[in-house]
Amino acid sequence: MIHRLVLRNLFHRPVRTGLTILAVAVEVMMIVMMVGVSEGLLTESLRRTRGVGADILIRPQISGATISTADISDKLPAMLLERYPQIEHAFGATVFTPGNLQTITGVDWPAFDAMSGGIVIFDGRTYAAPYEAIVDEIYARQEEVTVGDSIELMSREFEVVGIIETGKMSRVFIPPETMSDLQGWQGRVSQVYLKLGDSADARGLIEDLRVLLPNRHVISVEDFLALTATNVRQMSSQFVNIIISIAVCIGFIVVMLAMYTAILERTREIGILKAIGASKSVIGSIVMRETLVVSIIGIVLGYGLSVVGKELVALRYPLIPVIFVPEWLAGAAVLAIVGSIAGASYPAWKAAKADPCEILSYE
Amino acid sequence: MSAEALIKTTSLKKVYRFGSVDVPALRGVTMEVQAGEFVALLGPSGSGKSTLFHILGGMLAPTSGTVEIDGQDLANMSDAERTEMRKTKVGFVFQRFNLLATLNAEENIRIAQHIAGLADPDDEHFNEVVRILGIGHRMRHKPNALSGGEQQRVAIARALVNKPPLLLADEPTGNLDSENSMAVLDTLRTLNRKLGQTVMMITHNAEAASYCTDRVLRMKDGRIA
Repeated sequence: MIHRLVLRNLFHRPVRTGLTILAVAVEVMMIVMMVGVSEGLLTESLRRTRGVGADILIRPQISGATISTADISDKLPAMLLERYPQIEHAFGATVFTPGNLQTITGVDWPAFDAMSGGIVIFDGRTYAAPYEAIVDEIYARQEEVTVGDSIELMSREFEVVGIIETGKMSRVFIPPETMSDLQGWQGRVSQVYLKLGDSADARGLIEDLRVLLPNRHVISVEDFLALTATNVRQMSSQFVNIIISIAVCIGFIVVMLAMYTAILERTREIGILKAIGASKSVIGSIVMRETLVVSIIGIVLGYGLSVVGKELVALRYPLIPVIFVPEWLAGAAVLAIVGSIAGASYPAWKAAKADPCEILSYE
Repeated sequence: MSAEALIKTTSLKKVYRFGSVDVPALRGVTMEVQAGEFVALLGPSGSGKSTLFHILGGMLAPTSGTVEIDGQDLANMSDAERTEMRKTKVGFVFQRFNLLATLNAEENIRIAQHIAGLADPDDEHFNEVVRILGIGHRMRHKPNALSGGEQQRVAIARALVNKPPLLLADEPTGNLDSENSMAVLDTLRTLNRKLGQTVMMITHNAEAASYCTDRVLRMKDGRIA
């Protein structure tokens, strides 16, 4: 019977109920999408690094997840290949990050192709001239470029000559010599990739290389991916937490206002229920049940909006991948419910302590 | 006190405090109502009858004195105990009907059973009350689809569905035209006669007070005159 009363009350004011549900849904969507974008960017970045096919990375001593410098000799890959027979492939790449979270990579294509085990070229060919570029399919889709189009990189015009599969190191590639000329990095690379004949040799070789190259950061690709994931998650968590806090505050405030106006409007109903014996807990539970119903519908709608949002982002911004994290789908629901219950607590308390005598005296 | 007394008050006082000003509403009410009686409490506005109504209904604690309903002393009860008492000891009928607008007539009656925690609602009693009140055909209608008289009869059914020993009616005809007023008074009389229901009706209408009651108690300046 109380359930029926709760549902009827919600339907009695459809606009207010709808807006409250929408607020909770937006709260859930904000959390799910924010975490989804953060996780998507990270996962995609890690996937591309893994896609190179290397076992060991040699990087500058101090560098984060992304680098935009080059201070390693470009002779190092050849020297290592000659010195360590367990190394099957080695090449250096120059990396420039223009500031839009995307990187431009200068790489010797045959060496990269060999280490990766063959890169699928959907359209066109590899570069054969200094100002030719290869892009991956996601970049091509977002920027709406095809083979033969021009793109501007580092204030220069490049002709797109090839479109490759995604998930291989970077989204934009140019000849390494061109990168060196444009950035003044002659004779240097940003990082070196090593692929071994047997991956089991990686640990021992890393120990040797750390002795040989004390000023470099030598790390297995798997360790690098794990370290990067941890570091990026730590960095992004602060921003994500701020967005989540804002979302929960929005839900809290809207639910509080909605339930507060609801109980002000239903003062007489509360008085009647108390007069016929409803305890404080019954009155409080009615408010809380209404809040829970609104929250649960809002959470479901929020999931739906998130799916729509993901599709829209994929259509409009293919470079920004969104990955739904199951833990955060549940986390968003918990936060929405906790925020809503917190928001409804004061109205519920006010309703529960209402004096039926006072309410019903105002005939 | 008679063994049959359902209501007994002794030197009942209620003083409201507004800031530093004390306003006495009841100045020592001593009275008894026997089980099965239909009593009218008649008095002008400000005489204290509504305060007495709220105290007898367990919605308000007295300042001093004793008040017993069906052998239970309300004066020493906590708020929670008085709430519990209201579920089964007292049924209320108000001037403005006070039905829940979102529930239909049957649900308005059933919710009293639900709140009282009656796991096995006595449908026989429910049906009998509905039949006596003549509202069986209006059970699926919401309050806004019922006439004033029908709404008040639904309110009476809600008040009686848990078989409370006492029915308190506060100006039950105050919002009704004369025809519906007579119908409601007749209904209360019928319930009193057929079910032995004890009824205390508060009114300022002398005609209504004397129309169908066994006894009229007059209140003036916070006392039974």
